[in-house]
Amino acid sequence: MPKAESASTPAVEQLQKGEPGPGVPKVDPILIAHGVKRTFGGMTAVDVEHVEIPRGKITALIGPNGAGKTTFFNLLTGFDKPDTGTWSLDGDSLAGVPAYKVSRRGMVRTFQLTKALSLLSVMENMRLGATGQSGERFFPALFKGSWRKREDEITAQALELLARFKLDTKKDDYAASLSGGQRKLLEMARALMSKPRLVMLDEPMAGVNPALTQSLLGHVLNLKNDGTTVLFVEHDMHMVQTIADWVIVMAEGRIVAEGYPATVMQDQAVIDAYLGAHHDTDLGSLTGQLEVAKDLDDSFLVDEIKSEIAEEEKPDGE
Amino acid sequence: MDFNFIPLAFGQLLEPQTIGYALAALGLTVHFGFTGLLNFGQAGFMAVGGYFFAITTVKFGWPLWAALLACIVGAVIFALILGIPTLRLRADYLSIVTIAAAEIIRYTVKTPDISPLTGGSDGINGSSDGFYALDPLPDISYGFGVLRYTNDGLWIRIVGWLVVILAALLVRQLMRSPWGRIVKGIREDEDAVRSLGKNVTWYKMQSLILGGIMGAIATVIVIIPTSLQPDNYGTQTTFFLYTIILLGGATTVLGPIVGSIIFWVVLQLTDGILTLLVTNHLLPITSIQQGPIRFILVGIALMLLVIFRPQGIFGNKREAHFSA
Repeated sequence: MPKAESASTPAVEQLQKGEPGPGVPKVDPILIAHGVKRTFGGMTAVDVEHVEIPRGKITALIGPNGAGKTTFFNLLTGFDKPDTGTWSLDGDSLAGVPAYKVSRRGMVRTFQLTKALSLLSVMENMRLGATGQSGERFFPALFKGSWRKREDEITAQALELLARFKLDTKKDDYAASLSGGQRKLLEMARALMSKPRLVMLDEPMAGVNPALTQSLLGHVLNLKNDGTTVLFVEHDMHMVQTIADWVIVMAEGRIVAEGYPATVMQDQAVIDAYLGAHHDTDLGSLTGQLEVAKDLDDSFLVDEIKSEIAEEEKPDGE
Repeated sequence: MDFNFIPLAFGQLLEPQTIGYALAALGLTVHFGFTGLLNFGQAGFMAVGGYFFAITTVKFGWPLWAALLACIVGAVIFALILGIPTLRLRADYLSIVTIAAAEIIRYTVKTPDISPLTGGSDGINGSSDGFYALDPLPDISYGFGVLRYTNDGLWIRIVGWLVVILAALLVRQLMRSPWGRIVKGIREDEDAVRSLGKNVTWYKMQSLILGGIMGAIATVIVIIPTSLQPDNYGTQTTFFLYTIILLGGATTVLGPIVGSIIFWVVLQLTDGILTLLVTNHLLPITSIQQGPIRFILVGIALMLLVIFRPQGIFGNKREAHFSA
């Protein structure tokens, strides 16, 4: 598989050990996944041999539709169970750990289809993201005195985050009254309430207008500045180029390329994944078809096309 | 013409049946209105509570406190049996399983083989002694006009309403706490709540147990002055409870209580009016047809409610929802 030229690597901090490529080990990984496989019936949705996510950086997970990005997200966060595979956050194994415990261990996700809790107020949405509230247990919940202090701290933290995401004026409105973009912001802010180590954003920019996209990008960058690791799924290459430090490309369930955003898009495997391996082959000509047949490793087809070419090359009338 | 049915209908306000339905509906509100659990087997919880109480009291001769404890334990066990296999699944499955489970309970207790214990189709009489022994009221007649109560009759009505008030305060307190925030979050989107580190299945189980216990105790209030009849706990009972909570407001604490009062008063009033019209030959129906017509009216009322006032009487229109 062709690898990105190391010569074209930009003069930034080196994240990987060795040449960038699928499964390359990282200098300081926060998440390491190994042999993660998920099949739906006969279809292999995810088959990741090895991947490491660099700590304190923004990593983009890209790939065409159906590449298995969201399924991989679901597996890592415990929302789906793989057939095989292990993965760990800072050395703590997360394989087989239920989703709520994954979140408690510091790996919080958002969803592609925004899941704002519509009939709770914006503030209640935020408070729900907090940890360490004893009033969430049944019997302590009955005694307001026992949880009021923590509730005040949570409220203060939520207000601060809401102000950062410019949602503070909406705090008493139902989340249902927010616009689509504001719900994305709320979901991201809510995920930050638990001060996670790794934030996983599933298509944070999908369906968001350009102006809000800029503000979302700013928030993602701020996360990095605060020391949080970000892994996000995205389709828009321009956005990936702007903020990502590292790019992982998936196609047909596998990781086909990894590298720095400036170089990874020149990788032949990435171009093949997005445009098809034979996007510049003329399938109307026999020579083009021969090329594809050779690629498919179908000797019968190769012979047939070769004889057809020989037929064509004979002068007319013979 | 006899208009006594009017004060009698308003007497429903104090009937143990109204009190019991208010409590069971409050439990169902915890399930459906607050947590989004589509429980169609609240009648099953009521039956389980009633049988655990009546069997331990009448057949085993347990004291009142022990029988009440058995009633609560019964509801918890029933909630665990229903919840463990279904709470991980989508909401629809819970409704299928609960409606079936409630019917299984009803048919099981009617089985002749175990009727020495359960009383079969006749049910169980006389579980009230332990409760009436605690009655401090002097043995005279209470009330006014056509509404007369014995001291025992008044005692169960007072205690019944006190239990409802306590349960309402408990639910109110819980729903204003972080615990309530989580169950309401689960109603909206359980995956989102799960992604925030909350053990969703366990919260759903707690909610199922809490509402189930309320349903179980509700039956105790209903059967003390009357008797335990298995056929009172069919699917119809669950649908009455849904009518009640939709009438009052499915996401409120006061809704199911006031809903229960209105439901029984109105049902009694329509019955009285229909009787009056039928006996005076003002309606072209017989008194046999009169019974079903009441329930047709209940059905129509439920449909009209859901279409025109989904939030009920007390509900906040913005919080009304039927997506659960």
